[in-house]
Parts: sequence; C-alpha cells; structure tokens
Amino acid sequence: MRRFVERNPFWSIVILVAVAVLVWSIFAVWPDWLVDAIGRKKIFLNALFNGITLGALYFLVASGFTLIFGLMRNVNLAHGSLYLFGGYIGYEIADWSGSWLLAFPVTFLVVAVLGVALQLAVFRRMQGQDLRQTLVTIGISIVLADLMLWIWGGDFFQILTPEWLSGPVETFLVTGVKRSSGDPIFLKYPMVRLVILAAAIVIGVGMWLLLNRTRIGMLVRAGVDDREMLTATGVNIQLVFVAVFAFGAGLAGMAGVVGGTFQSIAPGEDTRFLLASLVVVIVGGMGSIPGAALGALLIGLAEQFGSVYMPTYAVVLTFLIMVLVLAFRPQGILGRA
Amino acid sequence: MAVTDHGTGQGAEGRRAPAHGTWIESIPPAVWALGAVLLLMPALANDFVLYQIFGWTFILGMIGLSLMFLAGYGGMVSLVQMSVAGMAGYMVAIFGSSAIETISLGWPWYLSVPVAILIAVAFGTVAGALAVRTEGIYTIMITLAIASAFFYFTRQNYVIFNGFSGFNGVLPPQLFGVDWRQAVPFYYLTLFWAVLSYLAVLYVRRAPFGLALQGVRDNPRRMRALGFNVTAHRIAAYSLAAVIAAIAGILLTWQSAQISPGTAGVGPVIDILIIAVVGGLRHPIGPFIGALIYVVLSTFAIDILTGLGLAGERFRLLIGLGFLVIVFFSPDGVLGLWEKWRASGRRDPLTGEDRGEDRGGNREGGA
Repeated sequence: MRRFVERNPFWSIVILVAVAVLVWSIFAVWPDWLVDAIGRKKIFLNALFNGITLGALYFLVASGFTLIFGLMRNVNLAHGSLYLFGGYIGYEIADWSGSWLLAFPVTFLVVAVLGVALQLAVFRRMQGQDLRQTLVTIGISIVLADLMLWIWGGDFFQILTPEWLSGPVETFLVTGVKRSSGDPIFLKYPMVRLVILAAAIVIGVGMWLLLNRTRIGMLVRAGVDDREMLTATGVNIQLVFVAVFAFGAGLAGMAGVVGGTFQSIAPGEDTRFLLASLVVVIVGGMGSIPGAALGALLIGLAEQFGSVYMPTYAVVLTFLIMVLVLAFRPQGILGRA
Repeated sequence: MAVTDHGTGQGAEGRRAPAHGTWIESIPPAVWALGAVLLLMPALANDFVLYQIFGWTFILGMIGLSLMFLAGYGGMVSLVQMSVAGMAGYMVAIFGSSAIETISLGWPWYLSVPVAILIAVAFGTVAGALAVRTEGIYTIMITLAIASAFFYFTRQNYVIFNGFSGFNGVLPPQLFGVDWRQAVPFYYLTLFWAVLSYLAVLYVRRAPFGLALQGVRDNPRRMRALGFNVTAHRIAAYSLAAVIAAIAGILLTWQSAQISPGTAGVGPVIDILIIAVVGGLRHPIGPFIGALIYVVLSTFAIDILTGLGLAGERFRLLIGLGFLVIVFFSPDGVLGLWEKWRASGRRDPLTGEDRGEDRGGNREGGA
C-alpha cells in the first residue's frame, strides 16, 4: 500500500479524490444543481447497489472460472452451462422441497459432481493440451445447452424468495429531504439482494482464507505457480485438480441459484454469464481471486450505471472497459505479467 | 504456442514439384478430378443443392479458411472472423442499397463493395492488433469478447446498424445482365471466390511472408532475434485473413439478401471455429470439408433425427456431439483422421516403423 503510494503519487491522489467523491455522493444530501445534472440521488444509489450486487453474482461465477484457469490452464468455456444447470437444479429443489436455503447445498453438490465427472472423464485425458481442452469445453457447452433446452424448454424460471427475505428493507442512507417537513427520506432496498451481497462477501473472504491459511490452499497456490514442481514433491496433483474443479463448478451452480432468485434463468443465460466471467477475469487478471472480485465489481457497476445513464450502449460499455484494460495492461489489473 | 502438428504437416508441404515438367504437370490427378466435378456440378445437382448446400459451403468455408490461416500458420485462434464477415455484410448494406432506404446510401456496387471490404479489413486489423497482445488461450477469450461486443453493438445501435432487425433486401448487382442470385450464377460466383482465396492461402504459405509467419508461430523469440517484427507479422496476418472473411461476408449477405446482428452472434462465431476445427487446421482444404459437413448436417439434421425417431429440434445436440467426438479423438479434425489412416497404411506391420518417406515425429500441439 505504502509502496504503491510512493511509486505512483499521481494515481494515488486520483484514486483518493475519486473515493472521496463517491463517499460524499453516497452520504450527502444532493444539492439541486447535481440533481439537475445527473438525475435524482435515489436512481444513483439504486444503480450503485444493483451494480454491487450484480458484481457479487459475477464474482461467484468468475471466481470458480479463474481458479480453474489459474491452476489447470484450462479455459472452461462450459462454465456458463454449469451456472445455468445450477439454476435449473436449484429451481427444481426449491420447487420440490419448498425451501430456498436447501437449494444451495444440494445444487452445490450436484454441480460439483458434474464437475468431477468432467474433470475425470474429459480434462484428465488431455492434460496440458490447452487448445484441445478449450475446444472440448465448447463442444460440451453446446451439448449441455441443448440437453437443458430439451428438459426444461425455453421458458423463464424464477426461484421464489422465501417470506422472510422478500420485500424491501429501509437502509440508513438518505436519498433526499421531504419538502414539506424536512424529514430525511431513506433508501429502500430489496432484502434478498443485501443477503446475497453479504453471502458473496462471506464466500469471498472464506475463499481467501482457504487459499491463504490452509494446507489445501497452499497446495492450490503452489500448483498455480509451478505444477511440475508440486508434483515432484509427492503431492497427488490429480486429486487437487479434481477438488478445485468440483469447487469451482459448485460455486458456478450456486451462483445459478442466486441468479435464478434475483434475475431469472432461461436458455441463453449460459452464454451471457460465460461472457461476463470472461470479461471479468480478463479485466481483473487471470487466475487471481482478488482480481476476479475487483473485475466483477467494475463490470457489475459499469453494467448498471450504463443501463441507467446510457441505456443503449450499456453492454458495449463493459467491453470497452475490457479493451482499455487490454490496451494498457494486457495481463489484467491484478494479474501477474 | 503451436496449434497444429507441424511435424507431419511439413513433410507433405515440403515436397517440391519435380524439376522437369511444367507446374501444371505437378498437380495431382485428384485435384483435376475434383476441379472437374466442381465445374460440372450445375449439370449434376439441382438448384437447391447448388445454392443452399454448395453456395453456403463455399462461403462458410472461406470464413473458416480465414480462421484456419490465422490458427494454422499464425498460431492464433481468432474468433473474430465471423464478425469481420458481418461487418463487411453490414457495410455493403449501408453503402449499397437495401430495403431500409433511410440508412442505405445506395452507392453503386463498384464503390460500396471495395469500401465495405476496406472497412471490414480495418476492423479485422484493429481487432487483431488488440488480440496479438495476448497469446494462445487468451487470444480465444479476447477475440470471443470482441465478437460479442460487435454483436451487442449492432443489436443496440439503430442509427447505423438498424438494431435488432438489421437490413433486408440487400441484393447483388445485376452485373453483365446476369441475376447473381440465381442458383447457377451464384454457385460459380462463390466457387470462384472460394478457389481464389484457397489458392491465395496456398501461395502465401510458401511466400516469404507466410514462411516468416510460420516461424513466428513456432518460435517468436528466435524470429525476433533474427530481426523479424513479430507483432507486425501477426497483425498483417489478421489483415490478410480479414480480406478473405470480408469477401465471404458480402457473399453471405447477398445469399440470404439480409444481414442482422444474429448473423454474427455468438452461436455463428463458435460455428466457424467448429467448422475449421472439424475440417482440420493443418491444410487450407480443411475448412471447406468442415463447412460441407456442417452445412449438410444442419440442412438434413431434421430429416436424420426424425428418421431416427428423435425430435427434429435436437440438431444442435447432433452438431455438438459430432464436434465433441472429432475433437476428442482427432485434434486435427477430419484431415487428421485421413492422415492417420494413410500413415497406418504405410507403417510396417512387423516393426511399426514408417517405411514411406521420412515424416516428423508426432508432437502434440500446446506447451
């Protein structure tokens, strides 16, 4: 941190000013000229929160993707299919048992088992041939997409939120002042999104702890750095591969349940989330979990602010960010060269 | 990163024509036979086969060829080629004439077609310049992202690209008094451009630029040390591939008389990769074989599936499974299967060694 400030005094000041402006615009009551310039504060705050929660969802999908890539050099282009599959499974479980919470562990397990099957049956046979693996995952994603279309059809599915999570909750953030009485108006925000955001943060922190404070995490990090050397020390790397693949796939499946709750699941969502994870990890840096978090936040915010302030080109904005990152820092913001 | 198996590929390419005789004599009889069949096809096949099957095969084959050129000789698997084709199609609709008269400028073909190709090549070059900053697997991801950005942009932009519906009524010019959308003229038109781009790739492969490009593919560091500008060679390869893709894109637009965002959506982008890989990335003929398989499958899949008692909509499943099987068992596609079969015929049954001409070892692609 201090080294960054010493090395880049200019950028430190820019970042500091940006953070200060952001904090001010979140907490202060907006003056009239600002409202005239960019619209009401409520819209801004909603876009901000939606962007952060969308970023949380992207993080859940992309962290598995980037972990699998970092360890196995395997670009799993079927990752979006795992997300969609998880969404459908979660819907079925929630529909059958009536319990939203039960859908998460069951989906995690089911999709993780699918991930193990993929790793054992497919990727293990073509270790180190990354192009071939990529092509195979494209084939798998086509087959899975059509199988899911066959089973669940082209309809939209939405996983119902339980009673205790539905409805808005009043936050402590002020959106404006009542003209008549002068009382502050507080922002109302859907409870379920806040819960999901909290869950994503917990999972992210948990993953960081797992990677940095446990033996398994140590093995995974060593594998990312030097696979051959780790094998030479007597570690059964195939087991680590299977575990990481299962974990990444399970995360994608769980993200499917989350996505099915606060958006909806339908054919085509697999491609959407695959592309989102691609952009997120390209922006954040391949194989880096903090990079995935930063990238997911950036892309989620860009998408939401884009759809509010420049609705036509919201989708293009995310790709513009990606192109800019590529042009100036090809390895991603937090990626290693 | 080496994409294809050069060890065996080079052996076949390296064979020179015998010193005596003209170059015409060096063309193998199989090529003469294929050429004769292709030229006489209109006498054998009906209009549907000419227009839908072969016309489409040649067009998709050309787009696949542009991918094959980048992947096979440059080691860069670019998914942006379909978008370049789409860009050319859009530009010909915008500068030429279409049913959307508020946007189309209505220029004559001798202006609109070159401008369309130029803009598409510029687009392909810029995309390439971005993509060459990365290597191997990253190239796939970045070009896929650029391709989807193009798709979303054309879908959202109504001022230039007319948004979701795109352009219809984009017709080829009535040149020499011929209606080029009739089956036989269109067949010859696509055949001409397909053969021309095929020969162009064959020529470039042996030209200094092509050889340098293959050197860059195999060992960029050594080429840089030898004084070659690696980045410039790669970007130039993207430009050349974009020319082929752009011509194919214009033909594609004329064939269906329309262009819309879906033409260059994520599905078609992946399909081009499937075509090139299923055919084989080793030789320029591969994408055309892949395109023929793809077109025949996608045209008759419904009949095949209903014949087997399955629902006709499962055609993507058939394509996906076919692709999966080919990639799984033969990374070099159909061409790879063919070479394997030929190599097994040449192998001595007792020692298992080659008894034919010396061919390189079987290195696997990827590092």
